[in-house]
Amino acid sequence: MRDLSRRRLLAGSGTLLGAGLLGGCEAPALSRLATPYDWSNGLTFAVQRWLQRHQPLVREFGPEAISAVFPTINTTDPDHSDYRRSKALGFTDWRLPVGGLVERPGAFSLADLRAMPARAQITLHACEQGWSAIAKWTGVPLAHLLATVGLKPEARFIVVRSVDGWWDSYDLFDALHPQTILAYGMNDAPLPVAHGAPVRLRVERQLGYKSLKYLSAIEAVDRVDGLGQGRGSMVAELGFPWYAGI
Amino acid sequence: MRRAPPAEAPDPSLVHRHAAWVRLTHWLNAAAFLALLVSGVAILLALPRLFWGETGANGAPAALDLPLPVNLEQTGWGRNLHFLAAWVLVLNGIVYGIVAFVGGHFARDLVPDRDQLAPRHLAREIADHVRLRPARGREALRYNALQKFAYLAVLFGLFPLMVLTGLTMSPGVTAAYPELFTLFGGRQSARTLHFLTACLLVAFLVVHVAQVFVGGAGNLMRSMITGRFRVPGDDSRVPSRVPSRIPAAEPPDA
Repeated sequence: MRDLSRRRLLAGSGTLLGAGLLGGCEAPALSRLATPYDWSNGLTFAVQRWLQRHQPLVREFGPEAISAVFPTINTTDPDHSDYRRSKALGFTDWRLPVGGLVERPGAFSLADLRAMPARAQITLHACEQGWSAIAKWTGVPLAHLLATVGLKPEARFIVVRSVDGWWDSYDLFDALHPQTILAYGMNDAPLPVAHGAPVRLRVERQLGYKSLKYLSAIEAVDRVDGLGQGRGSMVAELGFPWYAGI
Repeated sequence: MRRAPPAEAPDPSLVHRHAAWVRLTHWLNAAAFLALLVSGVAILLALPRLFWGETGANGAPAALDLPLPVNLEQTGWGRNLHFLAAWVLVLNGIVYGIVAFVGGHFARDLVPDRDQLAPRHLAREIADHVRLRPARGREALRYNALQKFAYLAVLFGLFPLMVLTGLTMSPGVTAAYPELFTLFGGRQSARTLHFLTACLLVAFLVVHVAQVFVGGAGNLMRSMITGRFRVPGDDSRVPSRVPSRIPAAEPPDA
């Protein structure tokens, strides 16, 4: 359940986690305080980061808690030629490029990710629409993948892109959290297309919209204000806060 | 400050009824509550169904289907406004709570006085409420016992319950305090309780505003805006054979 390399990485990067807390001002939640909503959402972010200062894990359930109904929203089958071809091939040609501020950029196949230390977690998914459902997610911790490619010291954020054009960013506080995983399995089966096959992200301490589906690329960066409209995520451009802890 | 007019005063006099900080926190709270109510409905419209336990979604059995239209387009602004107003409500409530305890407002004005708890007094208050008869004279210068019970229930029951059930829906807060799930029986239970508590708060608001009209809307509104309150004449002590109009017609300084 807990692989040593990740624990070593986390233990050895107190400075990184410290940067997540103290360097939080670079985070989109605090770097742009133009409207009253920016202030209240920023306050929520700061207070929740303080509440989570000891990096708690979210609850994990037993298999009996898994929901019979787990809704899918937004994209449920990407209409993208590369994706369609990949899906027809059982995602054997799928590659996840991991680049940016890393020592050893690479592209990982589904088999590569499956060969890495896995983490399985049965957690509650909470959607901003109000619904919630429990599922078992199996995947490789993002922290492990980032350790594999060697995160450079100046990296502060992880940008994750989806094949449907969706993109979001995460500071290291969340990216290196043990329950932040790249999930390729759901309820002991391969991740279904409707839930983001072949690989989706799980960010368990935030609402569902931060757990991107259909991953297409991962990039480590030092700042995110140059991406899109500079709000740190695509949903932030639609009026949803970058930080979705409530 | 809350000096009653002399018993012989021929004219109801203006008194300073509510301290400035009470008036300020009252209206900030009112604004925040209205914003929370409107935005809360906007959020609810994305899934106007209530569930019990941890999970719930369309396709899963609901405890209660609300007769509301489904609208997925109101969630963004609804959530932003909801949490902005929630912060105003909570921070304003903290300021209110500190000043109310330290300054004695709580003990002096909100805890029922000993005489108000006497069964005879309570029975008369209930009868007065049923007949929509507002307090007069000295009685109008303190909250009545039923009013105090309602305020205490809102301050120490409904608002804390509202905040705690709201926080139980936060994956960030419950990561640090999973006990909240245990307290309310799961995320969807907390959502349902959040809705039911909101209904109770709306019921309080309706009665609260209705009482303002019963007690004299102009006078009570002014007392909560400027602080000045005209004490209604205590006609219960005036013998019925004395025409009440006579003293009132005299100049105030007669």
